[in-house]
Amino acid sequence: MNETSPVLNVTIDGIQVSVPKGATILEAAERVGVVIPRYCYHPGLSAPAVCRMCLVEVDGAPKPLPSCVQQVQDGMVVHTASAEARKARRAAVEFLLVNHPLDCPICDAAGQCELQDYAFETGQLRTRNIEPKAVLGRDKLTPDILYFADRCVLCTRCVRFMDEIAQEPVLQVIQRGHKGYIDTMTDELFEHPFSMNIVDVCPVGALVNEDFLFKPRAWDLDQTPSICPGCSQGCNVLLGTKENRVLRAKPRPNNEVNSYWMCDHGRQALVNWGAGDRIEVPMIRESGRLAPTDWPQALAALSRTLEARPAGARAIVSAGASNESLYIARKLADKVGFKGGVFRVETGPEAGLPGFPKLRLRAERAPNVRGAELLGFRRSADVLEAIRGHKGVLIVLEDALIDAPEDFGVELEMFIYVGTHMSPAARRADIILPSTTFAEAEGSFTNVEGRVQRFAQALHPPGLARPLWLTGSTALAGLGAGAVYRTAAAAFDALVGEFGEFQGLSYAKLGLGGASVAEAESSAANVS
Amino acid sequence: MAYPHAHPREARVLSKHFGEKDAIPIDGWIERGGYKALDKALAASPDDITQIVKDSGLRGRGGAGFPTGLKWSFMPKDGGKPNYLACNADESEPGTFKDREIMRWTPHQLIEGCIISSYAIRAKHAYIYIRGEFVDVVRILNQAVVEAYERGYLGKNIKGSGYDLDLTVHLGAGAYIAGEETGLLNSLEGRRAEPRIKPPFPAQRGAFGMPTTVNNVETLAAVPHIVLNGADWYRQWGTSKSPGTKLFSCCGHLQRPGNYEVPLDFNLRDLVFDLCGGPPKGRQLLALIPGGSSVPIMTADEIDCDVSYEGIEAAGSMLGSGGLIAMDDSTCMVRAVRRMVEFYAHESCGQCTNCREGTSWLAKILRRIERGQGREEDLPLLLDIGANMAGKTICPLSDSAAVPVVSAIQKFGREFEAHIQDGRCTAVN
Repeated sequence: MNETSPVLNVTIDGIQVSVPKGATILEAAERVGVVIPRYCYHPGLSAPAVCRMCLVEVDGAPKPLPSCVQQVQDGMVVHTASAEARKARRAAVEFLLVNHPLDCPICDAAGQCELQDYAFETGQLRTRNIEPKAVLGRDKLTPDILYFADRCVLCTRCVRFMDEIAQEPVLQVIQRGHKGYIDTMTDELFEHPFSMNIVDVCPVGALVNEDFLFKPRAWDLDQTPSICPGCSQGCNVLLGTKENRVLRAKPRPNNEVNSYWMCDHGRQALVNWGAGDRIEVPMIRESGRLAPTDWPQALAALSRTLEARPAGARAIVSAGASNESLYIARKLADKVGFKGGVFRVETGPEAGLPGFPKLRLRAERAPNVRGAELLGFRRSADVLEAIRGHKGVLIVLEDALIDAPEDFGVELEMFIYVGTHMSPAARRADIILPSTTFAEAEGSFTNVEGRVQRFAQALHPPGLARPLWLTGSTALAGLGAGAVYRTAAAAFDALVGEFGEFQGLSYAKLGLGGASVAEAESSAANVS
Repeated sequence: MAYPHAHPREARVLSKHFGEKDAIPIDGWIERGGYKALDKALAASPDDITQIVKDSGLRGRGGAGFPTGLKWSFMPKDGGKPNYLACNADESEPGTFKDREIMRWTPHQLIEGCIISSYAIRAKHAYIYIRGEFVDVVRILNQAVVEAYERGYLGKNIKGSGYDLDLTVHLGAGAYIAGEETGLLNSLEGRRAEPRIKPPFPAQRGAFGMPTTVNNVETLAAVPHIVLNGADWYRQWGTSKSPGTKLFSCCGHLQRPGNYEVPLDFNLRDLVFDLCGGPPKGRQLLALIPGGSSVPIMTADEIDCDVSYEGIEAAGSMLGSGGLIAMDDSTCMVRAVRRMVEFYAHESCGQCTNCREGTSWLAKILRRIERGQGREEDLPLLLDIGANMAGKTICPLSDSAAVPVVSAIQKFGREFEAHIQDGRCTAVN
């Protein structure tokens, strides 16, 4: 809070709090840990004050006031749990349940439903309603989103998302009163690159993602904070996992990056990330044949390779690898004599979100382009061309080289492949080290704006797959080059000591919201 | 016989020329003294006009009874943004049909009122938001607007005064809620007629985000008379808190239903029994709704009061829009209330939970009681639903739906009980 901005004092449930002018009662209450129930209010959207759930009692006011729009006045005394406030809230829940089907056992939102929560909280065990409920049916809004009109509480969050954030007001309340429902104005489905956010904002189970429908129960999911690897935006996400699979991703609020939103491409990418046959054990070439081995053997083979060689080492890395793994790839190459490293960036169409312009589905479909650049790797349109003629050691990190020719690597002294998936080119490697996807090990990415953001481990890696920051640093430590980094934090903090651009950062300091590196030129402009 | 019934005890100011076809065209209206008030107004300053209206004590005739001059004084005078006048001609309150008759018989009375009022609030554009179902009235009003433009009462430099005003007649599309002033503004802008949260009030942010005054037809039609004859002249009628005359749209079980214009200190019982002739022969008055279906129902014993805002309020109801509905002893009160609540359930915009769900829930319960499946606990339930609907929503439609239910159960509870106990209506005879 700025010292010069006017400060208002308000008492909420007996707790005094000072808030800046313009703050609402609901916001002031959140500052002191009082959560006022709400449906139509969403912090990323305008507040229409229609659900009447957040009514609170204010001393001197003739009737309960909607706390989501009522601005705090100096000296205001607010009661959120008084008899009047509780009665108002009970009434709103009771009214919402008049026509709401109690189909929680088959509803996707059960367990994460605000109506369910508040119905329990207000303690309405029995209903006073014996009338038949309205039946409005269901409808498809987009190819992937289903709308259950009976469950809808008409909070209009979805309408306002399309109107205010997507700024394509395709959704509308159709009909009026108790016959109202949400729909488009035409019979056609609509498509929007950010459409799935309307499912996220729905407080009940009215809007559901068909991909997720009837799969797990919400309470069976483990939730892990992560970063979307779908593009260089670096949207903060929560991964919902069950039985070692990512079943969904939801945006995790971060006002510097993605607010409360993320794109459909990212969600799709996240769920399918790392699909396919995985490399589960280290392999080394013995008498011309690749043979599975264990980590001590594999790392011993790696250590033997790591000696200064006149032809030096080149690297092909991935802009999808974490800062920590890229750092170790760089250190491995340095040990031999770093002669340069490249990475490629897949691109795709961009998509913007006018209501939150910071967030775009970026053309660069990789999460760590800036990180790779800052660690000394160069973006290249043709990575194979970039290493042509190299005769020393080649270190490949998480690029399957599916476009490599059949005789790839014949000129190399040593070919070290660190990756998740096997490919014809990978089979020509001398040492293969299985590595992890972003969901299988912790680490950090540096997004398009130079923001370094951490992600946590959500899944167990398959077999013996381990992140390169662990395996590579073990090999290096055996050679007296640095310590064994048993955590991404240790690897990142070592990285900070060596790469000036990351100066001032530490893994702990990144926290869950991330922090920005010093301004550094991106190579994006140099690549056609 | 004059329009459709006239009574010597009426005080006919606004309705003086009802029934006269010649008063509709502009020439006929000018012959009857029309547009004289406008000349007088344009010679004075806008603030003088506002002062006259303030002094007259004119109160909004749409139902809320807010002092008109005071409302005008909230409009900004700096000219930073354009000011607008919006005339609320979306007359939809059940039992009310006075504005329709003002526009049908004396369209220029309203147009002149719009011009003077626009001048007073420094508006350069006025809108008449008229109920879409008033097809014939729209035709008359549009013709009158064309005439006013042709004669230089509208358009640029009105009568050489340097004052410009455009007037647009805008048709509603069939929603009761568009008669709520902020719902009207949303509808005027092409949005759903969903009432807005206040504040900001229309005088701060109204039509198209600009300062706007919304006035009822009857209010605006009274303005020329007040400006022409002065505040004291207007105060010869009514009480000190409710000066002037008011049109009452009287319908229901009456011998002579119709619009009656009476001073606001007129006796309500006289209005029903003398002017309207009381209920049909052989019938007793059972209940009376004095101001449109949104106000509490009165019993026949409660109507010994004057029809002023404060008089009816003291008697337990509200003046509202002046839509008087009389019910004689042939009325099934459960059925009557059910019918009213169904109207509100149909017309709720559905924004606010309490109104959207409450109105339809009330209707379902009342339908069940009416068909003989009521339960003892239904009456306290209805009262509690009514309490949960009142004062909890953005606009007063929710309150309006609860009012007839609550007041009918309080005053005619025995009829509801009879329905519940006997499974059928025993009150109708």
